[in-house]
Amino acid sequence: MADAQPEELYKAREPIHPRSVKGRFRRFKTGVLVVAYGVFFLLPWVRWERTAGPDQAVMFDIPTRRYFLFDLTVYPQDMYWLAGFLILAAWFLFFVTGMFGRAFCGYFCFQTLWTDFFMKIEQWVQGDRPKRLKLEKAPWGPHKLYKKGLTWFLWVATAFWTGFTFTAYWANAPELLVDFFTGQAAFAAYATTGLLTFTTFLMAGFLREQVCIYMCPYARFQSVMFDKNTIIPAYDFKRGEGEAGRHKLGRGFKKREERHEQGVGDCIDCGYCVQVCPTGIDIRDGLQLACINCGLCVDACDTIMDKQGWPRGLVRYAAEKEIEGGEPARVIRPKSIGYGFAISVVTALLIWGIASQSPMDFAVNQVRQPLYVTLADGSIQNSYELKINNKQDRSVELDISVAGLPDPELEMAGSFESLTMEASGRQRLLMRIRHDPSELASGQHEIRFILGAKDREMEPIVQETVFYVP
Amino acid sequence: MTDNKDTEKHEVETTGHVWDDDLREYNNPLPNWWLWTFYATIIFAVVYWILYPAWPVGDDYTKGVKTVTVTDEEGNELYSGHWNTRARLIDEMQNSASAQKQREYLESVSQASYEEILSDPDKMAFARSMGKVMFADNCAGCHGSGGQGVMPYFPNLVDDAWLWGGSVEKIEQTLLNGRQGNMPGFAQIQGQQAQDLAAYVLSLSGHEVDAGAAQRGKQAYNVCMGCHGADGTGNTAMGAANLTDSIWTYAQIPDAANLEEKKAMIKDVIQNGIQREMPAFGNRLSKEEIKMLTAYVHELGGGQ
Repeated sequence: MADAQPEELYKAREPIHPRSVKGRFRRFKTGVLVVAYGVFFLLPWVRWERTAGPDQAVMFDIPTRRYFLFDLTVYPQDMYWLAGFLILAAWFLFFVTGMFGRAFCGYFCFQTLWTDFFMKIEQWVQGDRPKRLKLEKAPWGPHKLYKKGLTWFLWVATAFWTGFTFTAYWANAPELLVDFFTGQAAFAAYATTGLLTFTTFLMAGFLREQVCIYMCPYARFQSVMFDKNTIIPAYDFKRGEGEAGRHKLGRGFKKREERHEQGVGDCIDCGYCVQVCPTGIDIRDGLQLACINCGLCVDACDTIMDKQGWPRGLVRYAAEKEIEGGEPARVIRPKSIGYGFAISVVTALLIWGIASQSPMDFAVNQVRQPLYVTLADGSIQNSYELKINNKQDRSVELDISVAGLPDPELEMAGSFESLTMEASGRQRLLMRIRHDPSELASGQHEIRFILGAKDREMEPIVQETVFYVP
Repeated sequence: MTDNKDTEKHEVETTGHVWDDDLREYNNPLPNWWLWTFYATIIFAVVYWILYPAWPVGDDYTKGVKTVTVTDEEGNELYSGHWNTRARLIDEMQNSASAQKQREYLESVSQASYEEILSDPDKMAFARSMGKVMFADNCAGCHGSGGQGVMPYFPNLVDDAWLWGGSVEKIEQTLLNGRQGNMPGFAQIQGQQAQDLAAYVLSLSGHEVDAGAAQRGKQAYNVCMGCHGADGTGNTAMGAANLTDSIWTYAQIPDAANLEEKKAMIKDVIQNGIQREMPAFGNRLSKEEIKMLTAYVHELGGGQ
């Protein structure tokens, strides 16, 4: 060892240029891409009618502290929904991973989607894998400059529109568009768009599978959720290798029967499954960290098997158990039941939480300086500060009453008898309760403020407080 | 690093110096990211010297470049100098969206009549939150943070008894010009007469006293009538208290243990009088501020 050169710990990345492939999973992947892009890029432009608030269907309005999701308006007080939603998302991810491996990574993750789209641009401009590899090796010249330049330009354009679309969720999209290009948008809008343009360009254009392999924490802990029943893209090594291993097609190895006689498996070692892999791995090496379960190798192998006229499924979605012992994977097992139950509970809680959103926020604070005051006629007066936040998209005439005292006299500060809350409006009120002290024992009396609507179309909201008698 | 062979094997360049026979120093270049960051800090420093106060020059120092000027609405310069967070604060206090909104609100409230302020929940809420701050700055020192007053020196503003009147006009007058509360002492009323008068005053607000004493005290009440009125309801024109209600602004009758104590307290007021002063605020506060405070005080508990 003394004479050996120290091992090189750094290895430069070799760019991966996956070959295109056609098949079931490729079609599904493209379908997901179209739907996801359709939703993401068009949603900020969908208009929605509201009494108060923007006419945008989905908008996260930070300055007014409201999130608009179609007919639902989320207020800061409802933020625990977000916790519920995130828990649900996490458990659902674990569930899917336990059942189907990294299906999320392969089809739904935005890193995969954007990388896929960027690769499509690359393919459209530069051609398929062999041409791209050739271009990569070619010396810099006008041709290479043009091809690379056009690719990069389209990448930057896509990245910019991605960043801008994300920003458009946080402002009124058409207004933002005008403001953005006339230099009047907020600094945060430029910063967000700029940052996302840069990261999208970098991540989807250059880092690609390195994000999945080195940066994504999910890739690191996914193995905890895998078991022998988890369905993953797998190479049927028994069929592929036979007893004597794989062998290329050639003299004496053309027909399946010939091969089987010599103990050779069905894998013709064409390398197509490796060439199509977006993370550049060889699925025949078995389950590995870099595999994102996208199923393109399945499509590749199916194409070859069809051409040979041999049965499909040399590389297929299958559980390890099935590949090793031929037993099919069990779907109903403690893991699926456990996750299924947990997901159902959280979903039910979340739906219940949203359905029972309080129509108004109502807070009552007793004025403590002074706690009470004696009036000219000898009655005792306590004052209360009320804070009301109308969460409904309609104006409401308030009906405020008090319960818990035999004969209270309730008065609103200011010379107005009734109060109408605008849609999404807020109001602070001072209210006073007067009472004849001879009817009450001295000390604190538990009372309740009841906030209702004059039109009775709102469940009354009750706040407890006290009335103090000296 | 003392291992000679090791250095040779790695073929790393050394500086060429040798200490203690075999001690050498590697000549590894600095990482590029470090080097470029270092160059960037040098450029930053040069730019900073130009823009901000930096170098001492004799007794003075280099002042930096004026990059920010903050003006108020009328164009008066509030700050001029290099950019810093203080300049930004001055600018935000003056020109930010919320500052402008506050000015608009203040404008609309100060344009409005009291009637309009009191009958508009939004204006009322604004006057209350702004009035609260001004009350804390100007009034709370005497009248307490919530307007509860300090007996017997500073009247309670939360109840509905007003020495000088509880309408918005009267409250505004009180704030603008101040008030001189003066009840003369009647030292000549002594002995049984004083006892009887005290009993009568107590009887006005429904306290149980000896009927005969009250009857006799009524004769002596003649001297009080000029200010407190024949029926004892007082006179807000001169700040004479209403003696018939349950509120005591000077004698602490509710705290008294028995009738004798109550009478002693009343007697003390009759013989020594009351001198109280509310200073004028008309020359200290702006018209808008007076308006805000008036509405606030009016709504504390019992405006009329």
